[in-house]
Amino acid sequence: MTMKKEAWKSDVQAKQKKSTKGRIYFLLAVVMVYMFLAFFEPQKTLRAFIVFGKILLQVIPVLIFVIVLMAVLDYFLKPQKIKKYLGEESGIKGWIIAIAFGIISHGSVYAWFPLLKELKDQGMREGLVAAFIYNRAIKIPFIPLMIYYFGFKFFVVVTLYMIVASVIEGLLIERI
Amino acid sequence: MKNQSPNKMQKEQNKSWAQVFLKSTKTVIGVLPIIAGVLLLFGLFRVFVPTHLIKQVFTGNPIKDTLIGGIMGSLFAGNAVNSYIIGGELLRSGVTLYAVTAFLITWVTIGVIQFPAEAAILGKSFAIKRNVLSFVLAFLVAIATVVTLNMLG
Repeated sequence: MTMKKEAWKSDVQAKQKKSTKGRIYFLLAVVMVYMFLAFFEPQKTLRAFIVFGKILLQVIPVLIFVIVLMAVLDYFLKPQKIKKYLGEESGIKGWIIAIAFGIISHGSVYAWFPLLKELKDQGMREGLVAAFIYNRAIKIPFIPLMIYYFGFKFFVVVTLYMIVASVIEGLLIERI
Repeated sequence: MKNQSPNKMQKEQNKSWAQVFLKSTKTVIGVLPIIAGVLLLFGLFRVFVPTHLIKQVFTGNPIKDTLIGGIMGSLFAGNAVNSYIIGGELLRSGVTLYAVTAFLITWVTIGVIQFPAEAAILGKSFAIKRNVLSFVLAFLVAIATVVTLNMLG
């Protein structure tokens, strides 16, 4: 079991390293596109770069807020705590906890799969697993960014509908 | 259990806060190349892609726009923060809210790229059912959200 966990951990680390490289390659590729376009359309390319700069300046303060919120959540939330509260006979409480932990969980979904599998093997309802994954679309640290782009009303409406949809999905998964 | 002095405990508490801040800063710095790349692409998108072309693809038809947005979100994957930025910029460029909402939801709830891992760990049947249901529900949630917002004014 421990060996399996270690193998998974190193697999996740290898994937993270690969994705970091991929992110840098992506940025370099976009920079190259800019350089290429600058030859043919220097004025338009410069205008595009100015648009980029303006958007970036608007996004940076929101990202700083995101860092603070992520740190606060990370300090108080540990995966082991989630395991403790998501038992077999959790009932309505289980749904509420799965939804809440889905929303407050962060990091790559890959990192959560082993824990979800472990909980599923221990008898956690499939519906709760589905509800947990569905609610990962609502991320507390990124709420300021969502409100910045779409407004507070949008955030409230979409969040409520998504919570309802996660329960419907969970119930349907158990019946199909 | 070993007793710790209040000073030592306080020091550990402070260290933990420093560690979590460092970790979250590293996480955001880690996604910065993607955010910068995406924003650079949007700069090009805004200048080089004429609005009438966007309006030809996203016609304002709720069903068609929601489907296209949902498919786009299912094909891409990654941190939710990227979907908010891409979705927000698409909206500013004239893409309908139906398409953008479906895009935001399917970005995280459906993972074509992560499907093999999900199927291998949580089971193939579970992964298929979850992804199919997520797409149908994303479609309904997107339409319900926009209709509700229109009703609220």
